[in-house]
Amino acid sequence: MTTVPTKRDYSLLGRDAEMAVANGLAAAEWYHTEIPRKQMKELMKRDDGPAIRDTAIWLGSMVLFGGLGIFFWGTWFAVPFFLAYGVLYGSASDSRWHECGHGTAFKTMWMNDAVYQIACFMIMRNPVTWRWSHTRHHTDTVIVGRDPEIAVMRPPDLLRLVLNFFGIIDFWHALIDMVRNAFGVISPAEKTFIPEMERPKAILVARIWLAIYVTTIGLSVYLGSILPLMLIGLPRLYGAWHHVLTGLLQHGGLADNVIDHRLNSRTVLMNPVSRFIYWNMNYHVEHHMFPMVPYHALPKLHAMIKHDLPAANPSILNGYREMIPAFLRQLRNEDYFLKRDLPPTARPYREEFHSEPVAAE
Amino acid sequence: MSSNWVEVCAADDIDEEDVIRFDHEGRTFAVYRSPDDEYFATDGLCTHEHIHLADGLVMDDIIECPKHNGRFNYKTGQAKGAPVCVNLKTYPIKVEAGSVFIAIS
Repeated sequence: MTTVPTKRDYSLLGRDAEMAVANGLAAAEWYHTEIPRKQMKELMKRDDGPAIRDTAIWLGSMVLFGGLGIFFWGTWFAVPFFLAYGVLYGSASDSRWHECGHGTAFKTMWMNDAVYQIACFMIMRNPVTWRWSHTRHHTDTVIVGRDPEIAVMRPPDLLRLVLNFFGIIDFWHALIDMVRNAFGVISPAEKTFIPEMERPKAILVARIWLAIYVTTIGLSVYLGSILPLMLIGLPRLYGAWHHVLTGLLQHGGLADNVIDHRLNSRTVLMNPVSRFIYWNMNYHVEHHMFPMVPYHALPKLHAMIKHDLPAANPSILNGYREMIPAFLRQLRNEDYFLKRDLPPTARPYREEFHSEPVAAE
Repeated sequence: MSSNWVEVCAADDIDEEDVIRFDHEGRTFAVYRSPDDEYFATDGLCTHEHIHLADGLVMDDIIECPKHNGRFNYKTGQAKGAPVCVNLKTYPIKVEAGSVFIAIS
């Protein structure tokens, strides 16, 4: 049996990976909006206060909702509390992993590191592996064959997307990766972005996590109840929907293989609850352009540079209204993408990337 | 190996707790002024990827790379953890008659 290769080869060791290097798309110089140094320093300034407040609300709410879920366990009253607990565990952990991985959420480094480890466990992302994969994501954002974090490859696998709203595919892969790492195996793809000296740390963490999950499963069996797993592990499934809902908007349907975040990333204005869960990552163009700006300063950064960016989508619904039709069209023509219009006040960059013939009207 | 002292800028051209980029004969350097009003100099590019550190953030004795948030102690050049694993090269620096000079070997 032969397989027909798709036009895009997303493997980090494949054809497009080599092409990206040959074409100068790997570790390229990306577009940045000009911001005076004095203002940039203000934006980059670190502060423990906002993240301590938000972390106290986040973990405090988990204790509250988890406690009420346990109290009402066995009745329907437990359902809303577990739904809330699940989102805080399986979705808010995504943004905490992200922000603390950058080291920008808190001013104090050990606080970043502590929340990073907790959030990594909840979202089931090995803290070593994912630190390095995310580093690559920032170096080569949506460059085919280089970026290990492309959520929607072309043509889109819509079944996978739907299943991931319940964490199913990600959970399965995370489980396999954890067990593989726990047995001391680092995959060839992981080796492309994790330096050798860091690999033993990835293995150690995987072993600790595996021990926690085995203990939790053992406790569930001992108690004859799924309750321990409802608190540890399963929320990664039943609470994943919000981080997928917001995360798909980051780059979904937009251009690939361009070196301008204005063209391959999406800023979406959102309600305050989603912004709390997502820790302002809805300002995604701004984050990619200036990753050293903490989450709490992103609204200010957005206001400062929006003259140079495509118009933000005004809501999650609006974002999906443009993204879903783009996914459907990519099923027939994987070269199709949503072309971002830059405002008249914006500076153009690398025009050849702006005028692909199959771009949306 | 001999060193030449090269004038970088006036001492006041660098704000306290800040950094500037200095290019000289095809090489690029980062020149720092600490919160204690001391001056330091390192290679200008992050050892992880070729990003100019002068666009980054100075916090106490740390310079944070603007691309991947890798951190170095700019006084010693020590890499402080992932994603930076290789130390920065540092250079002797002095302030004379209101100007900053670095010794380039």
